[in-house]
Amino acid sequence: MSLQVEITHPLPGFELNVGFEAPGGVTALFGQSGAGKTTVINAVAGLLRPQAGCIALAGEVLYDAQKRVNLPVHRRRLGYVFQDGRLFPHLSVRRNLTYGQRFAPQGATGPGLDEVADLLGLSTMLDRRPGALSGGEKQRVAFGRALLARPRMLLMDEPLAALDAARKDEILPYLERLRDQTGLPILYVSHSVAEVARLATTVVVLEAGRVVRAGPAEQVLSDPAMVRQFGLREAGAVLPAEIARHHADGLTELAISGGRLFLPQMDQPEGARTRVRILAHDVIVADRAPEGLSALNVLPGAVLSLREGQGPGMIVQIQCGTDRLLARITRRSAEALRLAPGRSVYAVIKTVSIARTDVAAR
Amino acid sequence: MTGWLGPEEWQAVALSLRVSLWAVGLSLPLSILAAYALARWDFRGKQLLNGVIHLPLILPPVVTGYLLLLGFGRRGPLGGVLEEVFGLVLAFRWTGAALAAALMAFPLTVRAIRLAIEAVDPKLEQAAATLGASRAWVFLTVTLPLILPGVIAGAILGFAKAMGEFGATITFVSNIPGQTQTLPLAIYTFLQVPGGDGAALRLVAVSVVVAMAALTVSEVLARRAAQRVAGG
Repeated sequence: MSLQVEITHPLPGFELNVGFEAPGGVTALFGQSGAGKTTVINAVAGLLRPQAGCIALAGEVLYDAQKRVNLPVHRRRLGYVFQDGRLFPHLSVRRNLTYGQRFAPQGATGPGLDEVADLLGLSTMLDRRPGALSGGEKQRVAFGRALLARPRMLLMDEPLAALDAARKDEILPYLERLRDQTGLPILYVSHSVAEVARLATTVVVLEAGRVVRAGPAEQVLSDPAMVRQFGLREAGAVLPAEIARHHADGLTELAISGGRLFLPQMDQPEGARTRVRILAHDVIVADRAPEGLSALNVLPGAVLSLREGQGPGMIVQIQCGTDRLLARITRRSAEALRLAPGRSVYAVIKTVSIARTDVAAR
Repeated sequence: MTGWLGPEEWQAVALSLRVSLWAVGLSLPLSILAAYALARWDFRGKQLLNGVIHLPLILPPVVTGYLLLLGFGRRGPLGGVLEEVFGLVLAFRWTGAALAAALMAFPLTVRAIRLAIEAVDPKLEQAAATLGASRAWVFLTVTLPLILPGVIAGAILGFAKAMGEFGATITFVSNIPGQTQTLPLAIYTFLQVPGGDGAALRLVAVSVVVAMAALTVSEVLARRAAQRVAGG
């Protein structure tokens, strides 16, 4: 099931003109505030009528300006999770969750109340009112409510933006389970690189109403040309990995295409597939295998490209096995090491610089 | 209670209650519709509709009553149709008193309900729509429960107004004991005859009790509804 979007709509200051396709999995619509992300997701939901273009889900036209098709919101069957929850204050958690069920078509299948309550950890609060829930709990109810309406796809507009860091970390595992266990395609609007890196399978980068880059998450996130959009401090590559071994000294060994990575202890069992995010400013580049260094992770690779920024720094893209790493170093170092495309180098990464939140289920 | 009140007085109280309940019952659904239209819809003539709804509030009640008489009297354009098609006569009947009371109460109920609707976050209604609820379902399951305190307040306000309506009633349907002589009209009539002070005072007491009771009931209902809405 895939979603095709091709719309034009005037916004204050610029014109939104986007076209992209969201295949299964999580498609992240990434961009700074005001880039037009919410307009796009509202157009898909039917809450906003774009001036021109068309939107189709799995071949069914939801909106077509030329053919004058505009399926009403309540018949689109897209579960929408809003940034601000929007739970019904006069209904209990249970009745919030089951609100959409009576409107779902007879044949629609999906998880039941018990299953969803279990998945999202809501079983103990079903009889409470939304007013008595914490922000994180409210948002979990919002996920469940959208899911129980038996949607064909989930839309999420910055669902974690209103929560503090601790609540985000509490919810992210639930979102991963949602993604992996329901198999529903998700369109996920966010301006947080960390969330995108953790959840997305496809990334669409939006800037001032245009799509500047779209593709598989690993490719887009490790594209040096996108460093400006993601921000220097947030830029980094996402690598698929498999848990090879848990060591007795509290380290977990990961197998990646270009070698081995040692990380602080992870929860998943050996053999589990996972993904790990390595920030560009955590990577040191060496021109020969370093000795006498405390860093445990030394990955051999070859320089793929160099990209100069405005300041003294530059971004080096390194091919490492089938994956691509990003390293942010100074121009002075790049000159001293005579870095150029094709040159073999070693990427050095400190184990402890990879935070728990940078490792995600896959 | 009948022993304390004379038959004529009791008649006036019973008639007033009947007229007011009918007035509120008739005007409430229309008030909700009008309030919803004013709060949520954009259409041409919205200001005009708003003005017309408020007319009974600003016009002298006697004028409203006279306009009703012109329109709904037996020879009036609307009164004639109602009598021919439905066999419904309004002029000089309690039904006419109910219509006059409903019309006078209408702007008050609309105002109360409109405020309540404007306080409902349209984002909640949007959320309901994304979950598959059609407009009618959104209204029944989200908007209506949330505005219930306002609807109750509006209904009580309208009821009180209907109980006290004098000018439009006496002009439209006159002052016929047992037919159109509501509580205020009866008080007025008793005050016109020598020795009627006692009866007038008893009716005044009834008025105060009914008003206080209505207020209390509305407070309790509204608080209960508000608690439901606020959660906790």
